[in-house]
Amino acid sequence: MCDTCGCSSESGAVLRKPGNAGYHVHIGDGDHVHGHEDQGHEHDHGHDHDGHHHHSHDDRSRKIVMEQDVLLKNNLLAERNRGYFEARNIVALNFLSSPGSGKTSLLEKTIPLLLGDFPVAVIEGDQQTTNDADRIHALGVPVIQVNTGSGCHLDALMVNRALKEMELKDGSLLCIENVGNLVCPAMFDLGEAKKIVVISTTEGDDKPLKYPAMFHEADICVLNKTDLLPYVDFSASRCRQNAMRVNHHLEWFEVSVKTGDGIEALTGRIRQMVKNR
Amino acid sequence: MHEMSIALSIAEAVEKRAAAEGAARVSSIELVVGKLSGIEPESLRFCFSAASKGTVAEDAELLIEVREGTARCMECAKEFPVSFYFAECPGCGSLRVSILSGEEFLIQSMTIEEEGD
Repeated sequence: MCDTCGCSSESGAVLRKPGNAGYHVHIGDGDHVHGHEDQGHEHDHGHDHDGHHHHSHDDRSRKIVMEQDVLLKNNLLAERNRGYFEARNIVALNFLSSPGSGKTSLLEKTIPLLLGDFPVAVIEGDQQTTNDADRIHALGVPVIQVNTGSGCHLDALMVNRALKEMELKDGSLLCIENVGNLVCPAMFDLGEAKKIVVISTTEGDDKPLKYPAMFHEADICVLNKTDLLPYVDFSASRCRQNAMRVNHHLEWFEVSVKTGDGIEALTGRIRQMVKNR
Repeated sequence: MHEMSIALSIAEAVEKRAAAEGAARVSSIELVVGKLSGIEPESLRFCFSAASKGTVAEDAELLIEVREGTARCMECAKEFPVSFYFAECPGCGSLRVSILSGEEFLIQSMTIEEEGD
């Protein structure tokens, strides 16, 4: 059940905007928007099931060949998102990591450095709260929060719906911060140009081996919190080696969001991606 | 728990096709799950029984074919089985390996029951 309007929603995911407490949109086949002027809202409950099956001894069995990718619907929608980005010269980056490795801090650090070159917008994914969106909102860039409820990842539909609620400028950089999770988000294409996985020195340097699917899918790996290296049992070179074993195309960056070390190289790479789109 | 949203999309795809075929119910669904696809068959079975409740695919048997991963070495072209993304060529020890199969995740087919008359 929705905690804002009390309606029961088929899908758990909700869009929210910082500084607009009444605004929220439920994502699903029966989307409905709540605004201040909203008087009653529509729910599309889809089709009904009559709740009983007919079993008959005369039933005839038939085998139907489908050969359909299970993720087909998500992948098709991701391609639509990709087409939208292409038409509008937008570069979308999907930021992935376990919770607490510093995705939001990394965005807070890099976005102000990039704003002089092109517009930046952000989609924030979290199970609950608009805390991250509030932090990005404070930078003065457009941001929308996707609350996935019980969901453990963003999918192409959530991003598609979020895009419709945003006023993106042509030529923007769109940073999509996925739900903090090194497992599930690896499977779901959102339509992004590149996947950037963030890992920090307070985690284990064998993480790329423990969560190979994520590191295999990623294009760029950012090792964060390098300022803590003298105090933790973490070998940056071993971590890099492990990551390269899983994905030898992976681009590698080492940064400290705290001190600003290495940030220049990363923003340089992002500028290059936007320029070469 | 991405298996739940996966199970829901399987139920949705099957229901849509079953309606188009005029099925009274779906008795079995054949899936191909590659070992590198990131899907846990047991978890998927568990979620599917919940996801298919009240649909024509309720009580359908999930027949899951688990497909092995294979890779080819990009240095010496040797092909070998893999169960993880970090694979070392058993021939030359190279890590430049490309995955040939094992990432599949397909609804292969389903068996429907039509009403007799």
